[in-house]
Amino acid sequence: MPKLEIKRSFLARFIPGLASLTKRGSAGWMTIIGSGIVLSMVLMTVLGPWFSPYDPTAINVSPPPNPSPPSGDFPLGTNLLGQDMLSRILCGGSVMIQVALLSVLFCFIIGVPVGLLASYAGGMIDRISTLVMDSFYAFPGLVLAIAIAAMMGRGVVNMALSIAVVYVPSYFRMVRSQVLTIKELPYTEAARATGAKGQTVLLRYILPNVVPSIVVVATVNFADAILTAAGLTFVGLGVGIDVPDWGWDLTQGRQLLPSGSWWVITFPGIMILLLALGFTLVGEGLSELLTPRLER
Amino acid sequence: MNDDVISLPLLEVDSLTVDYRTRDGDIRAVNNLSFALEKGETLGLVGESGSGKSTLGLSIIQLVPVPGVIVNGHVRIDGVDVVRLSDEEMRAIRGKNVGFVFQDPMTSLNPVKKVGAHFIELIRTHEPNVTEAEALERAQKTLNDVGILPERINDYPHQFSGGMRQRIMIALAIALNPGVVIADEPTTALDVIVQAKILDLLKNLRDTYGMALILITHDLSIVLERCDKIIVMYAGNLVEYATGTELHSHPRHPYTQGLLQSIPNIELAEQKLEAIPGSPPNLLNPPKGCRFWLRCSEAGENCETEEPPIVEVSPGHFVRCFKEADKSERNRKR
Amino acid sequence: MDLRSYIVARVLLMIPMIFLLLSIVFLIVRVVPGDPVLLHFEKKASEEAMAEMRRELRLDQPLHVQYFEYLAGLLRGDLGKSMAPGRDSISQHIFSAFPATLELALFSILIAVGIGILLGVRASTSYNSVQDHVIRVFGTVIYAIPVFFLGMILLLVFSIYLKWFPAGGRIKPLMEPEGLTFYFSKPAGGFVQVFTWSFPVGLISWAISLVALKRKAIKFWPKGLLISLLVLSAGWIVYAYFAWHLMFRGGLHITGLYTIDSLLDGNVVKFVEAVRYLFLPSLTLGLMLSGVFIRLTRSNMLETLRLDFVTAARARGLKESSVVYGYALRNAFLPILTMMGLQFAMLLGGAILTETTFSWPGLGRYLVDRISFRDYTAIQGAVIFFGILVAVVNLVVDILYAYLDPRIRF
Repeated sequence: MPKLEIKRSFLARFIPGLASLTKRGSAGWMTIIGSGIVLSMVLMTVLGPWFSPYDPTAINVSPPPNPSPPSGDFPLGTNLLGQDMLSRILCGGSVMIQVALLSVLFCFIIGVPVGLLASYAGGMIDRISTLVMDSFYAFPGLVLAIAIAAMMGRGVVNMALSIAVVYVPSYFRMVRSQVLTIKELPYTEAARATGAKGQTVLLRYILPNVVPSIVVVATVNFADAILTAAGLTFVGLGVGIDVPDWGWDLTQGRQLLPSGSWWVITFPGIMILLLALGFTLVGEGLSELLTPRLER
Repeated sequence: MNDDVISLPLLEVDSLTVDYRTRDGDIRAVNNLSFALEKGETLGLVGESGSGKSTLGLSIIQLVPVPGVIVNGHVRIDGVDVVRLSDEEMRAIRGKNVGFVFQDPMTSLNPVKKVGAHFIELIRTHEPNVTEAEALERAQKTLNDVGILPERINDYPHQFSGGMRQRIMIALAIALNPGVVIADEPTTALDVIVQAKILDLLKNLRDTYGMALILITHDLSIVLERCDKIIVMYAGNLVEYATGTELHSHPRHPYTQGLLQSIPNIELAEQKLEAIPGSPPNLLNPPKGCRFWLRCSEAGENCETEEPPIVEVSPGHFVRCFKEADKSERNRKR
Repeated sequence: MDLRSYIVARVLLMIPMIFLLLSIVFLIVRVVPGDPVLLHFEKKASEEAMAEMRRELRLDQPLHVQYFEYLAGLLRGDLGKSMAPGRDSISQHIFSAFPATLELALFSILIAVGIGILLGVRASTSYNSVQDHVIRVFGTVIYAIPVFFLGMILLLVFSIYLKWFPAGGRIKPLMEPEGLTFYFSKPAGGFVQVFTWSFPVGLISWAISLVALKRKAIKFWPKGLLISLLVLSAGWIVYAYFAWHLMFRGGLHITGLYTIDSLLDGNVVKFVEAVRYLFLPSLTLGLMLSGVFIRLTRSNMLETLRLDFVTAARARGLKESSVVYGYALRNAFLPILTMMGLQFAMLLGGAILTETTFSWPGLGRYLVDRISFRDYTAIQGAVIFFGILVAVVNLVVDILYAYLDPRIRF
């Protein structure tokens, strides 16, 4: 009960803006910094094509030898194909961001309804879906994603789907545990006692209280999805050569390591790191804000 | 032994002030409080939750939880001012010179250690020369003293009931024969019959081991007959300090009187139990003047603005109240 | 429920989970792509070649027949045949690649637990201080780094610029054992000779048992003495028997872990080389995992340090180190351990990427290698192996948890 009240008051306070978050200690700052990073990355990716000095996919824009280290014309250097790294950095976030967004969306569409229905219905349905979800959950995530991605072939949607399969169980488990708690709370029981239909109870009384936890899981999952997408790209299951992608750049950079071409890996690596870090910070900050521990 | 030597009290708390430095401001949990305790005495420390009695108990062994700070005053154990000691010097005193019994026996023992291991660790930390076998022997003797079968030394804490665990906690507190044992609500978590047994056990141990005992409780009724002296605390202040019998027969402070009226008495057939109206003040923003005046039926005008002084109404009986202060003022003038 | 029935129940529960897992993988490989053989050749092969492959891999059978053959093969430990021209046994490939992954995993777990517990405890005991914040930031950043990026940076700095460590691989090519690692390649001696050699082993196990009994400290004589002597003789005889047996058989694949094998061989040079090759990959993977461990340790310790028995221990004047480690950490350790079990899946995922970065010839690289060859049966085999491995590790951790916590008796 008190937990739920805290959540409501939190939402009421969160909506007016990030400003009030500065008063909420390190968790508030984490959320602010994290969303700042994420927003600027998204902005950069959206505006990138207008600002990039060269076509990010055009090869041999720089005269050989390639890869060449950062210079006046190419501030971040060039890669083996003679592509401009700065342009690729500016535009290269779109694949990761799209894959992450799509996979979280897929997780939402699958995990939340299944979790709600299974836990609310209980009995056999609940047990079977829990067993299935648990088997997926126990499976090493990247391996499962690799297996599915390898079978489905390249493409943003396929990547997003194979990542979603890995993370659906997290949503399912979160929703289920929340519903099982809320189901027993007095106000839900009161609603049922006054004759509300199961559907009404589920959508009006239970779902709104589950939403904050799902939001936390989703933000944390953004970071994981980005890292998994990078991993898939690294093992050769990425989107491909014709789209600028930090993951692809990083992967190609591995072959250039012996020559000491640090610029080819460093910049895309840092971009992926920042993007994942931004989402991690938001996720951690939010989860701390939503479930405040008792302080003395 | 020469009785003429000026002996220092076993434990002396001198104008002790403890604050909790929270994000919202400082909370004064213990305000300028003093008392002394001699060998073999029992002191009752009574107050509602939040009155600062537990903080006082923990500050004696320098374990006020974060963000608590001792801002002023001294605590002298065997004449040594422990507020000034280093962490390591203080550590050597805890357990050795002062034993501590906590409120909830269910959570006060390390669940992954056997009972015997608790004793071995305690004894060998303070007396490194003792072998494990000797430590175990002493542990078994102490356990026997508190009414636990010595064989059970190889059991884990979860194999004991609450009352028995509290006995083990007491045995741990007295194992090194400390001069003072502080028991913080030792019976609150236990049921009534066990309560009485534990309290009697503490009293007996005090007599056999010859130590001083501080009994911290919210329940005035259990300290009245068992304690030599009683301190009543309210919102961090000492409000009344007297012997048990004196307090029972002549309570002077309105708060103490209220507490006494709220104790059920079986012998009185038609007793009307009086509750004290209102609730304790918010210590972040305590009322100016006497901290009790909002709930006091006898509050006068100066109670709202000035802090009342502590006056000695009869030898050894101190009260912090304007009512008594005015009386003694008048007496002096006459 | 006592411990034994808990174990039985836990094992029984695992069976449907593994069964489900196997079926899911089966379906992913057979159904998702439509036809794995077509996909393998990318439509660039003749009908005959494809038909031949289907026949050899029995992919031409009806789905349910394939399914039962697949399950039956698994029961025999047979993961099927590779799509690569030799049609090699996948099980053989996996078993020969597994020790490399195991070695990497073990060392990185050691590093991760070391860093994680050390920093986590430090952060929790200095709650809200600068040190705490620095450690927290470290944990968060390390969590967000793609593990292969971290590996490449380490590779760049320590092996390409500084040249302290080799840039990849598992051991110098000349030191690579032929085929499998064999132990005791020297000419065999008699049992008596081996028996005398094994004396130190017996002595060490005896000393360990003595120390263990001494620490219990209860009723040490004469039962303890008897037990310790039994351990001495048992350790001695068992070791001698195995040593002699292996020599007699002319050699066996001992562990496959180069560090341990070289030590058993007494080959110090090889050991140093093995560690040099192992260092960067396991540091990479260990650092990545340490982020989770730091966070886990810190939050569990913060909760435990707040508990009554910790304050009670301090009130008894115990040393701060025994309060922090003996009381708080020992109680916080069980939840940390269970989470560790769950992190094993993450470890394997990280291992795949780390192995690829450092050309470490383990399972992960095998999997990635097979992906680039579109060898779907091999991918299936590797995925199944990973899945079963994780399930078994989780099971062991759960049982260990139940065994270690004296309070849990369900």
